Amino acid sequence: MPNRPQPRFPEPNSQPFWEGAKRGELLYQQCNSCSGVVFYPRLICTHCGGLDLAWKQSQGEGTVYTYSVVRQNRNPAFSDLGAYAVAYIDLDEGFRMMSNVVGVADPTKDIAIGQRVRVEFEKQDSGDYPVPVFRPI
Amino acid sequence: MANQARDAAIVGIHEYPLRVAPGRSAMQIKAESISKALEDSGLKLTDVDAIYDTNEGEGGGGLGMAHYLNLKPTVIDTTQVGGSSYEFQTAHALRDIRAGKANVAILSYGSVAASNRTPIGTGGGTGMGAPNWQGNMEDPFGQTLIANYAMVAHRHMHQYGTRAEDLAEISVSTRLHATRNPEAVRAMQDLQFMATGEITVQDVLDSRVIADPLHLLECCMVSDGGGALVIASAAAARGAKKKPVWIIGTGEATKYRENGGDITVSAGAQSAPIAFGEAQVRPEELDLAMIYDSFTITVATILEDLGFCKKGDYKDFAKNNRFRFDSALKPALNTDGGGLSSNHPGMRGLFLLLESVRQLRGESTSQVANAQLAIAHGNGGFLGGNHTGGSIILARD
Ligand SMILES: [Zn+2]
Repeated sequence: MPNRPQPRFPEPNSQPFWEGAKRGELLYQQCNSCSGVVFYPRLICTHCGGLDLAWKQSQGEGTVYTYSVVRQNRNPAFSDLGAYAVAYIDLDEGFRMMSNVVGVADPTKDIAIGQRVRVEFEKQDSGDYPVPVFRPI
Repeated sequence: MANQARDAAIVGIHEYPLRVAPGRSAMQIKAESISKALEDSGLKLTDVDAIYDTNEGEGGGGLGMAHYLNLKPTVIDTTQVGGSSYEFQTAHALRDIRAGKANVAILSYGSVAASNRTPIGTGGGTGMGAPNWQGNMEDPFGQTLIANYAMVAHRHMHQYGTRAEDLAEISVSTRLHATRNPEAVRAMQDLQFMATGEITVQDVLDSRVIADPLHLLECCMVSDGGGALVIASAAAARGAKKKPVWIIGTGEATKYRENGGDITVSAGAQSAPIAFGEAQVRPEELDLAMIYDSFTITVATILEDLGFCKKGDYKDFAKNNRFRFDSALKPALNTDGGGLSSNHPGMRGLFLLLESVRQLRGESTSQVANAQLAIAHGNGGFLGGNHTGGSIILARD
């Protein structure tokens, strides 16, 4: 099993997101005042400056906006993964998140910008929080 | 040009000559550079009344630096926005001098990143240290700094048809300039580059991929180094040894990973129009572009954002050896050898200003004939994430 760096707490902005991940839910925020979508999670609505943000559950599907295949990372947590793909995923609800694209034979060849992907929650060797990664649909 | 304000100028510079400096501290590199930049200017340490400092020395920010020099400045500015900090600080020095709050300002930089084996490019979120809102959303995914820039490159290729060989033109021209700069040649030797001579586009494409689509020869080095700048009011500049290099336009901006945003557009698209507006010049008039070359894609994106060509047109703009110091086409690019082939101790923004000044004084090792105007554009942070852009336009006396 992978052994990625875990989110660390106390960190009140992102804690609900990661508690959602434990339940297999991909969460984002939406403003109750102006309906603007906010991500990464934070306290303030970046559209209207208000403080009335609600947590919503994403359907977990989106497209690859861009990606890179990392061939060299000095962090030991990633050295076991071999070449792996880091990506920005545009979720259908209108937020862009950083993640990995997994489940392809050769990430240098089998991933494309615009590809449709779906979230899955990857269990970790150590730590309580599964990590949301994306697999081509 | 007649309406340009000429209120402050760079009158003294020093670049620390070594890229591997074991036994030196960052603070010592800063202090030695300040001493030599003041000597270059003809002004004295006791003339300095303003300190700009990123706190990369040994703590205390501007207080720490002022204490080390035993100065009692009337202005301290500790703007730290990554690699473009020195462009931001230069903008602030102009503003403070214009406001009558400062007369002689110093900016300095020192780093022993190479001696400390700091993994700048292949490092990434470590999942260590105090928790924070951004790290918790990025650290689990193993994004290295190079991968972040590489994501911009992939999207740029996808959107505009840019090819790896187009990006490689930057590595080729920059290396040519490095081979003409003895300090850059020594840097490549001391940092054990496999080869230190000129390179071709094919050499770049044949070098190993670090993070797709970026190759080794598209990535800056990790070195020690540093330097300093002396900025003086028009009155104080009259007492300087050499001709002043005037700061005629400045712009500062930020950009982030945003929902629905265009990753191929940098903060430079916001900072440049401000700087060009103030300077009352157009990009095509500039002889020189010193652009933060952390990676090739950084330069390609920023050239477009500064208005040298339209967004997406870099691939055509880069043709015909445009960037070489001896090209008939403007602008010449990173004529000291850049971060790719001369130095990159972590925050390269200072060196962009130093080489601009050398060119406008006629002192570069790859001198552009009759150079009149230059832009130094720093990029700090992650080009494909949160970052800063600082644009400084400089003019010969
Ligand atoms: Zn709102």
